[in-house]
Amino acid sequence: MRHVLFGLVLAFGLLPGLAGAVEPDEVLGNRTLETRARALSSELRCLVCQNQSIDDSGATLARDLRLLVRERLQAGDSDGQVRDYLVSRYGDFILLKPPLRPETALLWAMPALVLGTAVIGLLLARKRAAPSPAPLDEGERAALDRLLGRG
Amino acid sequence: MIVETGHFALVLALALALVQSVLPIWGTRRGDVGLAAMAVPAACGQFALVAYAFAALVHAQAVSDFSLTTVVENSMTTQPLIYKIAGVWGNHEGSMLLWVLILAVFGAAVALFGRGMADDLRANTLAVQGWIASAFLLFILLTSNPFARRFPAPLEGHDLNPVLQDLGLSIHPPLLYLGYVGFSIVFSFAAAALISGRLDAAWARYVRPWILIAWCFLTLGIAMGSYWAYYTLGWGGFWFWDPVENASLMPWLAGTALLHSAAVMEKREALKIWTLFLAILTFSLSLLGTFLVRSGVLTSVHSFANDPRRGIFILGILVLFIGGSLALYAWRAPALRQGGLFAPVSREGALVFNNLLLTTCCATVLTGTLYPLALESLTGEKISVGAPFFNLTFGPIFVPILLAMPLGQSLAWKRGDLVGAAQRLTVAAGLGLALAVGLAATLRGGPVMTAIGLGLALYLVVGAFADLVPRIVGRGLSARAMLARALGLPRSAWGTAIAHAGVGVTLLGLAATGWGVERIVAIRAGQSVDLGPYTVSVLDFTSRPGLNFSELAAPVEIRRGGLLVATVHPAKRSFPVRQATIAQAGIATLGLGQVYVSLGDGHADGTLDVRLYWKPLVTAIWIGALIMALGGFVSLSDRRLRIGFARKPARPRAVAPAPQAAE
Repeated sequence: MRHVLFGLVLAFGLLPGLAGAVEPDEVLGNRTLETRARALSSELRCLVCQNQSIDDSGATLARDLRLLVRERLQAGDSDGQVRDYLVSRYGDFILLKPPLRPETALLWAMPALVLGTAVIGLLLARKRAAPSPAPLDEGERAALDRLLGRG
Repeated sequence: MIVETGHFALVLALALALVQSVLPIWGTRRGDVGLAAMAVPAACGQFALVAYAFAALVHAQAVSDFSLTTVVENSMTTQPLIYKIAGVWGNHEGSMLLWVLILAVFGAAVALFGRGMADDLRANTLAVQGWIASAFLLFILLTSNPFARRFPAPLEGHDLNPVLQDLGLSIHPPLLYLGYVGFSIVFSFAAAALISGRLDAAWARYVRPWILIAWCFLTLGIAMGSYWAYYTLGWGGFWFWDPVENASLMPWLAGTALLHSAAVMEKREALKIWTLFLAILTFSLSLLGTFLVRSGVLTSVHSFANDPRRGIFILGILVLFIGGSLALYAWRAPALRQGGLFAPVSREGALVFNNLLLTTCCATVLTGTLYPLALESLTGEKISVGAPFFNLTFGPIFVPILLAMPLGQSLAWKRGDLVGAAQRLTVAAGLGLALAVGLAATLRGGPVMTAIGLGLALYLVVGAFADLVPRIVGRGLSARAMLARALGLPRSAWGTAIAHAGVGVTLLGLAATGWGVERIVAIRAGQSVDLGPYTVSVLDFTSRPGLNFSELAAPVEIRRGGLLVATVHPAKRSFPVRQATIAQAGIATLGLGQVYVSLGDGHADGTLDVRLYWKPLVTAIWIGALIMALGGFVSLSDRRLRIGFARKPARPRAVAPAPQAAE
C-alpha cells in the first residue's frame, strides 16, 4: 500500500490486500530469536512489493520469507548466515541496504563526495573572493597610531 | 456544456500563458513599459481561466457526470460528496490540473501583490512563470486531458481508490502542491534575475516571503502525508524512505537551505550566486519529483512503456527547464558581483555550514532514490535502496546540523564570538545533558539512543530561545517592560526561534519511538491484553454496512490502573466495487502518546488477529512540523517581509530598544 503514499501515485491504483505484516501465529516463543527475526526482517525487501520490507508487508511472499527467516534462526543460523542464504536464493535485490561492491561504491561514497567537493569549492571561492588587504605603509601606520593615541 | 467550456478555458489559458511568456521579456528588453506591463493582466487572466477549468471538473465530479472518463474511473454515485470532490485530484489528469492551478495562483499572486517590486523584475518573473505554465498546460491538453468524454456513458462509476477515501488524504495533495509548485515562483525569480543580470539584496527581500510560503506549505504537506500513512497503513509507520516520499523531501531539504541562504543574502549581500543556484535546484527537484511520480518510472522501469507519451513529455519538460536554467546560470552567474565578506565564525558561517550539510543530505536522498533506477537501466542489475540505507547515511549528516542549530542562532553577523555563543547555550546544553543522563540512568532497558535523542531534543527546544532571552530579560526591568521588549523583537527573530523549537519537538517524537510497545495477538471477543502502562480489552466484533463499503468493527476499551481512559473503534472496511479491504485503525491520543489498535484477519476458531501499539510522545513528530510551519508564518508576518511592503521603511520602534544582539 506504500506506493500510494502522498497521494501522488494515485493514478496507478495498484492495491494489495489488507496491510498485514507479522501475524500472531508467526511470532516465536523465544524472545531473543523473535527480536533478531524482526530486526532482520526490517532489512529484507518484500520482492513483490514496492520498497517494503518483509516486516511490514502483507503479501503472501513476505509471510513466507518471514517464516523462512524464523526457521533458519531456530536452526541455529547467525544473522549473517540467514542473510547470505537469502541472497544466494534471491540475489542482492532482497537487501534493502545494498552491500558495498564496485557497482554500489558510488552510492555509498556519494555523501562524502558531495560534502568534500562542496568544502573544497567553498575554500577556493573564499580564497578568490577575499584578497588580503594591502598592508599599511609607514605614513598610514603613524597616522593610525596617532588616532589611537599610541604614538 | 460546462465540461466543454472548461476544456475551452484550458486552451485559452495556454494561449494566454504563451503571450505571458513572450511579451513581457520583449518589453523589458526594448524598454517598452506597456508591453512589459502585459505580464500582470496575462497572469491574472490565466489564473481565472485555469480556475474556471478546475471548477468545471469539480462540478462534473460533484454531479457524477459519467460521460467523463476521469469521473467514471474515480467516482461512484453513493460516495460521500467530499470524496467525490477529492476525486478531482485523486487521479493523474485531475492532479495535473491542480498542479497547473497552483502554478497560476502563484503567478497571479505575484502579479497582484508584487507592486513594490521593480517593474522589470516582476515582468520577467511572470514571463518565466508563463513558460512553466505553457509547458504543463500543453502536457495536460496533449497527453492527460481531464475532460476526455466517454460514449456511451456508463450508469455507475468504478469508485475512488478506497485508500484515498480519507479526509486527511483529501487535503494532503493541495497542501503538498502549494509547497512543491510554490517553489516555481522562486525559480522564476531566479531566472528573471539571471535574464536581467541584476541581483541584489532587494531581490532577496522580494523573494523571501515566497520561499517562506512555499516552505511552510511543503512542511505541512509532508507532515500531513506522514500522519496519513501512520493511521492508514495499520501498523503505525510514519516514514518509509519511499521514493515518492523522497520526491517531496528533496525539495524540502533544498528549500530549507534556500530559506537560510536567502537570509544571508538579504542581510549581507553574500552567497548571492549560491542562493540563485539553490532556487533553481529546489524547483528542479520539484519537477524531478513530478516526473518520478507521474511517469510511473518508479513502479518499474518497464511500466514507463505503459504510457510512454506522458513519461517522455515530462522528461522533456524536465530537461528543458533544468537544463535551460542551469545553462542560463552558467552563462550569466559569473557576471554577477559577489559581495559581503564574513569571518568563518559568524552567523553567515553557521548558515553556510547549514547549507553544506542540508545539500549533502539532499544529494544523499537523491542518489539513494535514483541509484537503483540508473543501475538497472545501465547494467540490468537490480538492487534495493531502502530505509536501512537512508537511516545509516542520513542520520550522521543531520545530527551535526541539529547540534549547530542553536549555536548558529546565537552568533553575530559578520564576525561572531564562539565562546560567547556557547556560553549563552549553557542552560540549554546543561538541561539536555541532564535529561539524557537521567533517562539513561533511571529507565533501565530502554534504548540509549532514545535517551540521547530526547536530551538533544530538549537542547534544541530550549536552545532555540537562548538568543532571545537576554534581549528580553534584563536586570531591574519590570514584567511590563520585559513584555514590551519581547513584543518589540522582530517577528522574524520569533519565527526563527519557533521553527527551530519545532525541529526539537519533532525529534522528541522520533526519539521516543524507541520506547514503543508492540503486541501482535490473536484474540477473542471479551479478552484483554497488557500494553505498556495500559490494559486493552476487545469487547465485541460487529459487522455493519456503510455508504459504499461494509465493515467489521470492534469496540475496544483502554484502561489504566482499572480506570477507563478511552474507547476506540478499529475496523476493517471492504469496498465491493474495487474488491479491496482496508484497515481503519482505532487511535486514542493519551497525552502526547497514542494507543493504536488495528484489526487483522479472522480465524475459524473465532479469534481475530489484532495489532496493538503503545506509542509514547508520537504526536510530537507532527506537532513539531506544525510548529515549524507556524514559525514560518510568524516570520512571514514580519513587517520587513510582508509581501508588497518591501519598499516601505520600517516604522521606528516605540519601545525601549533591546540590546542589538545577533538577529
